Amino acid sequence: MLRQFLTIFIWLGLAGMTFAQDLQPVLQTHADEIAKPSRSSVSVALDDLVASGAPKTSDFLEQWQDKGVWQRDADGVFFFATEDGDALTLRDIDTVAETTAPKAGFSQLKPNGGVRRLIGTALVQFQLTDPDLARRTSAIESIARRPNASQLAPLLKSIDPETDATLKARKIQLANFMSASFAPDTDDKIAAINSMSSDTSIEARAALNQLLSVKAVVSPDAPKGNVARVLKLGPDLSQDDAYAQLVAAKLAPPTVSPAAIRDALTANIDGGRVGGIPTAQLDNQPMRETAYAALAGQGIVPPLVTQAEQTNAVETHSFYEVYDEKDPAVTDAARAALDSIETRVGAAQAVDLTLDALSLASIYFLAAIGLAITFGVMGVINMAHGEFIMMGAYTGYVVQQFVPDYTLSIIVALPLAFAVTFAAGVAMERLVIRHLYHRPLETLLATFGISVALQQLAKNIFGTQARPLTSPGWLDGAWVVSDVIQISYIRIAIFVIALMFLALILFVLKRTRLGLEVRAVTQNPGMAASMGINPDRINMLTFGLGSGIAGIAGVAIGLYAKVTSEMGADYIVQSFMTVVVGGVGNVWGTLAGASLIGFLQKGIEWFNPSNTLAAQTYMVLFIILFIQFRPKGIVAQKGRAAAD
Amino acid sequence: MHKTFISQNPSVLWFIALLGLFTLAVTVGSEAFGTGLISTSMVKTLGKTLCLCLIAIAMDVVWGYCGILSLGHFAFFGIGGYAIGMWLMYARTEGIVLSSLSGQAIPSTAQEISDAIGNQIFGVVGSSDFPWLWAFADNLFLQLLMVVVVPGLLALVFGWLAFRSRVTGVYLSILTQAMTLALSLWLFQNDSGLRGNNGLSGLQNIPGFEGSSQAAISLAFFLGSALALALGYLLFAWVVSGKMGSVVQGIRDNEARVRFLGYRVEGYKLFIFTLTAVVSGIAGALYYPQAGIINPAELAPIASIYLAVWVAIGGRGRLYGAVIGAAFVSLLSSWFTGGGAPAIDLGFYTILWTDWWLVLLGVSFVCVTLFFPKGIGGLFDYLVRKPS
Amino acid sequence: MNNTLLEVSGVSVSFDGFKAINSLSIQIAEPELRAIIGPNGAGKTTFMDIITGKTKPDEGVVIWGERNISLLGMSEADIANAGIGRKFQKPTVFEAQTVRQNLAMALKNPRGPLAVLLHRKTPGNAARIEAIAEEIGLSDSLPRIAGELSHGQKQWLEIGMLLAQEPRLLLVDEPAAGMTVEEREKTTDILKRAAQTRAVVVVEHDMEFVRRLGCKVTVLHEGSVLAEGSLDHVTSNPTVIEVYLGRGHA
Repeated sequence: MLRQFLTIFIWLGLAGMTFAQDLQPVLQTHADEIAKPSRSSVSVALDDLVASGAPKTSDFLEQWQDKGVWQRDADGVFFFATEDGDALTLRDIDTVAETTAPKAGFSQLKPNGGVRRLIGTALVQFQLTDPDLARRTSAIESIARRPNASQLAPLLKSIDPETDATLKARKIQLANFMSASFAPDTDDKIAAINSMSSDTSIEARAALNQLLSVKAVVSPDAPKGNVARVLKLGPDLSQDDAYAQLVAAKLAPPTVSPAAIRDALTANIDGGRVGGIPTAQLDNQPMRETAYAALAGQGIVPPLVTQAEQTNAVETHSFYEVYDEKDPAVTDAARAALDSIETRVGAAQAVDLTLDALSLASIYFLAAIGLAITFGVMGVINMAHGEFIMMGAYTGYVVQQFVPDYTLSIIVALPLAFAVTFAAGVAMERLVIRHLYHRPLETLLATFGISVALQQLAKNIFGTQARPLTSPGWLDGAWVVSDVIQISYIRIAIFVIALMFLALILFVLKRTRLGLEVRAVTQNPGMAASMGINPDRINMLTFGLGSGIAGIAGVAIGLYAKVTSEMGADYIVQSFMTVVVGGVGNVWGTLAGASLIGFLQKGIEWFNPSNTLAAQTYMVLFIILFIQFRPKGIVAQKGRAAAD
Repeated sequence: MHKTFISQNPSVLWFIALLGLFTLAVTVGSEAFGTGLISTSMVKTLGKTLCLCLIAIAMDVVWGYCGILSLGHFAFFGIGGYAIGMWLMYARTEGIVLSSLSGQAIPSTAQEISDAIGNQIFGVVGSSDFPWLWAFADNLFLQLLMVVVVPGLLALVFGWLAFRSRVTGVYLSILTQAMTLALSLWLFQNDSGLRGNNGLSGLQNIPGFEGSSQAAISLAFFLGSALALALGYLLFAWVVSGKMGSVVQGIRDNEARVRFLGYRVEGYKLFIFTLTAVVSGIAGALYYPQAGIINPAELAPIASIYLAVWVAIGGRGRLYGAVIGAAFVSLLSSWFTGGGAPAIDLGFYTILWTDWWLVLLGVSFVCVTLFFPKGIGGLFDYLVRKPS
Repeated sequence: MNNTLLEVSGVSVSFDGFKAINSLSIQIAEPELRAIIGPNGAGKTTFMDIITGKTKPDEGVVIWGERNISLLGMSEADIANAGIGRKFQKPTVFEAQTVRQNLAMALKNPRGPLAVLLHRKTPGNAARIEAIAEEIGLSDSLPRIAGELSHGQKQWLEIGMLLAQEPRLLLVDEPAAGMTVEEREKTTDILKRAAQTRAVVVVEHDMEFVRRLGCKVTVLHEGSVLAEGSLDHVTSNPTVIEVYLGRGHA
């Protein structure tokens, strides 16, 4: 009676004049509940405390939660207290006046975990308006994790006074999610739902999906309630599943599985016969069912449910799904909002996929461009190109062993990798390839021999386990545009490196003396030689350039993939395909090839995300077919030179 | 007809005679014969080597004679292995399942037997249903037909597409490599129906011969492989000896000239490509029962490149060269990687051949290409031509 | 002309905007010996490429034989089997094979893979090979590897292979290049004899050689016919003189 009175009084107080009130009287009202709280009943006391509006309420709740509240055994008065040996430093709950007293005569309040959680929930409303931004933010996140109808009102109230713009937006968003579920008024709910229809966050989608949650119903009557959809036999529901639902709902007797029939028959063999049929004849299902029916006729086993009975049972029931939410207006609004979000998500996914594909394309471009130069300019297939990529990556790894600063080590590693693989490429050209210029197939095999040797050599030096090539800290993480669109900084960095190389190669080929000579040798080696260009030197430099770029690609690839002795082999076939698809002897062709393959692979993966192997298979098949129709690649060389 | 071509190609007679002598020696030395001079595992290794020689001569015909550097013939080899492996695995599992079910009080239904076999075979990939690929797995004759039909058909379709659009040289090599890659990637998937990366295993147990010892079975397969190699050698020697050989080698040396002589080059290439693919399939079908297991890694593109390496080391454009290359490199390789070669202690470093064999192989391969383009077989030229 | 064997009319082809052949029209009768001359880049080789199916023209028609078959759209092998033989600028024989094998491959016989696989040597074929070898003066060299032949002998072998195909039209690209005077004479004789029964088109730079052939001459310039007639007739044409001399003095 007293409590009811108090409650009304407090409501009035809240509604009318807010005046500073002492907490201790309110505490004393619920003294028993506060001293020995239980999860099931403490909420009444909590509600009253919150409703009291006493300035110390949030302090008290915090201290209570942290076991910092003691009760004087003599009169039941509560204090904030800290232990100090055998003594307690007591502070009055309302005045904060400090006193000291021996520990004896006081009991510490120790609420259990469940109660502490409830206290925490009650605290949230205070934290929502806490002066400390960090505490407000953490309060919001704690509400978002476990939304509760009671938090809606304080949340709404905290929106207006909020000073931080970001947090205010977040509060509004969260308030919408909660209103959609908890607003007492249908119109408010629908308004909140509609306001969510442009929010592509996972949270918004989860909130809407929650509203649209359904449960399957099977009933002998026509569908009723807020029906989501009626399941049609055949397209939506197989007969076996439907019957299983009937059995689960205890609307039909369970079927007897073939295994159960078999067990029942085995258990009832009588003198080499079951149900009058010799066991030797029971090697087919119809015969077994006959024998089982005989057993069932004797009442030994439950009767078999025939297919016809199942069909009949299924046809006389309706199967449908109903929304947990009763009001169709709400579910319709939620459905509409979700559809609209999904359209936006689809568009965002397309953007995300494009970014993914771009980054894959830039990796392929980096891996293939060196190959394209050697293949295009010299007609030489370098099977060891993948191993040059690997050498570049290992160079980066070795540099990091000596230069601990990751940013600096990458800056050192890039030119060093170029130098190492440039030297390796020049050595290979001088020692091997030079002697095989007119035998392209044999170049392929000789460079394959080098590839095998280099791979094993790396294995012998660095071991078989993967070595890390750590990227600088500022490349960690991802650029998050929304819940759907995000791309890691490393991939962006690789994209930028690829762009830089595209520019650099175009510059070298089109604007430098070397590029001019390279193009001259490509188009007519004999004429170039007669004009004083030394084709040997050009070939050597070209090969070095192509190999050097492979080394840099190795550092870039090593940053996001592991460095192993076999990493080159993973890229070599794709690189070849990039070059061949793009068209030989043309930087733009390689770019087109890399883009085509990158986009294609991501596209196929999108259709069948669970199976990257299948994606690769289909991609290779596509490339085989592509070459049928454009044997010279996307950017084909034209003219008489192409005919040879 | 054979008489004339053999009289023109005395090396064929020599080869058959040497192969016969070798086969006889191994048979007499085998455990199955009783002397036990050659262990059963050695007989298996030799039998497998003969199969590798068979695919090597196929490779030699398609590359050394016709100029198509195919990096896909090991895929055909693997397909042959898978085709026979499906029957071996099915029939053996069926036997095991039947005998384990025979103790039951009630005879099993056909469905139960099929489910039990499916469960045994596909349990590792979390399935128990038979994929459509296995439709004929219970029929030895049909699966044997698959050994030649599937590689042949694949080669025919692929070759028709590639040759029709005049894809040649290194482009064609890369295209065949892509085909091999696609095939092995597909096989690696669990839902390919061929047990994903587990592959097919237990193939050394031949259904119907449970009573025979492995010694006897391995000798039988050795003899079968020797016979297949002899027949394959005769077939290819005949194909490349006559006018066909002229045209095919003409295509290798100057495709355009052959075309302007009025020959449809595509048809010839397709014929050679398909024929050698079929022989590769047969070689694989003989190889894998001796190896006991086949998995997708066997079909990886690198295997086909190694095949080209063997042929190049042995000597292209002569059939016995391919045989020498395949036998020499594969036996040497198993000697080195099997720990047969003694380690070399340099004081500061010990060369373990298990680690360094591939380096040696790679480097020696480069040397052969550079300095001995005719391969080991080229040495015979000096021996044979000296008297004249 | 009612005995026209090959009729090329209005054919054009361009590479990357460069018109290699520009509405070219030529008729060849059977039998006929025709020389085609012209400076570098006049389109002589491209003209042969079009007839033999190696290059597809952008426009124009190429009509062949009594039944007026269009050669456009036919494959190189079909065109060869229809009766057009071609000799390349550089001698292209199969150097790894013997002279006899080279000729046997070219001999007019069924060209299908199966027929070739089951092909057996016959006395008839052997006699034909002997006869051709006699004609090109390589009788003694039949068992030799073609790669061992001299440059001139390779040229003759290639002409021999063309004859073995028994074509109705022979396209011969610069047969005399790199030959001694003696060898040239012999080559002229072979071509003249061949032209008694069939059409022979010779593309040549060397005026002296063309003079020795003593036949009708077509002058190509920038992808079309500049002049046609006897050698004396075309060499007196002022435009031809300008084209040749102008180029020669540049």
